[in-house]
Amino acid sequence: MPRVNAIGELSTLQERLRAGRANGETILTVCGGTGCQASRSGAVIDAVRAELERQGLSDSVKLRITGCQGFCEQGPIMVIDPSNVFYCHIEPEDVGEIVARSVQGDEVIERLLYTDPATGKKVRTEAEIPFYRAQDRVLLSKNRQIDPCSIEDYFAIDGYSALAKVLTEYAPEAVITEVSASGLRGRGGGGFPTGRKWADCRGASGDEKYVVCNADEGDPGAYMDRSVLEGDPHAVLEGMSIGAWAVGAERGYVYVRKEYPLAVEHTRTAITQAREYGLLGENILGSGFNFDVEVARGGGAFVCGESTALMASIEGKVGEPRPKDVHTVEDGLWHRPTTLNNVETWANIPSIIQNGAAWFASKGTEGSRGTKIFALTGQVRNTGLVEVAMGTPLRKIIFDIGGGAANGRGIKAVQTGGPSGGCLPAELFDLAVDFETLAQAGSMVGSGGMVVMDEKTCMVDVAKYFLAFLLDESCGKCVPCRLGIDRMLEIVTDITEGRGRPEQLPLLEELAETVRETSLCALGKTAPNPVVSTLRYFREEYMAHITEKRCPAGVCRALIEYVIDEERCTGCGVCLRACPHGAISGAKKEPHVIDPLTCRKCGICAEGCAFEAITIHSQGVPCYSM
Amino acid sequence: MTHASVETIIGERRSQPHQLIEVLQDIQEAHGYISQEAATTVSAHLGVPLIEVYRAASFYKALSLEPRGKHVITLCMGTACHVRGSHVLLDQASSKLGMDNGGTTKDGLFTVERVNCLGACAIGPVAVFNDVYHHHMTSAKLSSLIDAVLTAEKAGEADAQG
Repeated sequence: MPRVNAIGELSTLQERLRAGRANGETILTVCGGTGCQASRSGAVIDAVRAELERQGLSDSVKLRITGCQGFCEQGPIMVIDPSNVFYCHIEPEDVGEIVARSVQGDEVIERLLYTDPATGKKVRTEAEIPFYRAQDRVLLSKNRQIDPCSIEDYFAIDGYSALAKVLTEYAPEAVITEVSASGLRGRGGGGFPTGRKWADCRGASGDEKYVVCNADEGDPGAYMDRSVLEGDPHAVLEGMSIGAWAVGAERGYVYVRKEYPLAVEHTRTAITQAREYGLLGENILGSGFNFDVEVARGGGAFVCGESTALMASIEGKVGEPRPKDVHTVEDGLWHRPTTLNNVETWANIPSIIQNGAAWFASKGTEGSRGTKIFALTGQVRNTGLVEVAMGTPLRKIIFDIGGGAANGRGIKAVQTGGPSGGCLPAELFDLAVDFETLAQAGSMVGSGGMVVMDEKTCMVDVAKYFLAFLLDESCGKCVPCRLGIDRMLEIVTDITEGRGRPEQLPLLEELAETVRETSLCALGKTAPNPVVSTLRYFREEYMAHITEKRCPAGVCRALIEYVIDEERCTGCGVCLRACPHGAISGAKKEPHVIDPLTCRKCGICAEGCAFEAITIHSQGVPCYSM
Repeated sequence: MTHASVETIIGERRSQPHQLIEVLQDIQEAHGYISQEAATTVSAHLGVPLIEVYRAASFYKALSLEPRGKHVITLCMGTACHVRGSHVLLDQASSKLGMDNGGTTKDGLFTVERVNCLGACAIGPVAVFNDVYHHHMTSAKLSSLIDAVLTAEKAGEADAQG
């Protein structure tokens, strides 16, 4: 592979690769992201390859395997270009027909088209799908255009031009000015102005500096960083290179979770390719600038998303945070000045340089510029990755893009910002999603998780879930976090198990305040948010648990019972066989009964009942209808 | 089964204490856990006190000090999977395999582990069965996956005896 030694050589190479792509050939784009792989896209890809070979099309039709395209719920997905026909839920058995009818011919296979849940109509092309149409996909649209394991694909969409531009036209200070002017703020949760962070790091004393990419993404319910790193790793590397030039670093690390094997693999491949082309290493593009990147794998600790804990982990130590009286931009990795940004932040840098700060700042709101990727999940119809301009109302994201409730039950809340964020009730869905607005409402943008909850979700249980998560993930170094979360969990558990007393609520609030004020790092400081926000917006659910000993959503096991409706039960015996505890009895074709003493209330029986005969009662009252 | 030796895994990373987590992850991947011998070797070769090796190995969830089962079921307990009822899966696997909220079976055949998020939130509940991701998992699907393994293992035993 030829090393690119000068800017001129890069543009010649890009031009040649672009010309090669512009000839209007048929391209089959199949998503190979983690979501689609779970839906067996690997088998579909193998089938496409074999079928193209068999029908003699291997040379004339291009198969492009991309990273995550965001519409995970519909996977495996395929787009046929130039016609833009979009097929979803493809099985390997469909591939022969697709190639024969839609590639050789120009027919459209009705049954593989996407059905718009709002209208019930089949949608022919990708561009017409409401889920995509209502978004502003700046970063995610690139995932669709490239094979993440091909640096040549990245060159063809102008990859590394921003780095070339910076190395020839921009002094480091000018890069920082540009990034500051764009208004970009950290996408990992903190929302700190990126330009200011870089300026502080540039100004910090010391010859050796580092840049770090935080791809630890431990927030349950968020996976945009995984998708960007998996789908467009060179954008992250290019962003880091530009950042390194700006702050004066020669070495960088990508700290990525081990639970993301594909992201690790694609990042490593990208680093190797960039080194081969001389875009990482010494004297990059003949400019005299040296920079190289290594991958460090996270060991599955949520606290390592915190900057100082992450740096300790790269140093080979236990990931415990330290006080940040002196910021990491001055005293970071190995006590050297370090700039740490999140994956999405780094990935935004090349387009800010290419298109200018004004272009980026034209999207979003006054205090929150640009677009942001959200992971829309939970009880909503269209789950997947959603990229919209900052300031888009929650309602637009959940209903216009997400398609509303998944199961016909009413949506009652959305949880944003992961374990550090909060739950916002449906009455507040007109709120604009930006850093300030969500913080005022008691939640946060965080890294961008949005878990939609319906009537079947108990908000007290959600608070308990997050407390249990945080207790498990607290590193234990500081007392307020280690003991405070434990005591809060104790109280919330009392409430969910029917031992709650009204006077425990003020105590819970007092504990929350103390933990927030006195914990060492952001994990502890934000740990009370799920409790505080559910207490603020769903206090009546807490009260139902405390005073009536009733769980309205039918979730808290100590307060519910499973009941078989005699009228509906056909005596088919499915539940009897499914119950792992032997709690169900009944003769064939006779209504069955659940023995309340043996029943462990796991709900496996209800999951399998085709007649909806098993319902949940709490204090004799039926919970949400199943 | 033969594994790459701990020395081979450490390779060129001798005397580089900052490589501790990376080395332990590689050993975990190759051997399935960090044995006492492995920990001692790592300590000596990287120049890290043994207690620090244990501290790291017990701190990070990706590392385990106990051998894992032959078949590993990983259940995602992330928020998105939780609101779609991932707990049913843990109940199913645990009660079927006679364990309490996960762990390894006495015969070493199965390990059921919980992770806090696998990042496949849109298609939850997600379960990983021997490295294969399964989306929209139900207790019934999980049950038949376990049954299939049990049947295959029994057949294998019968073959070995026959």
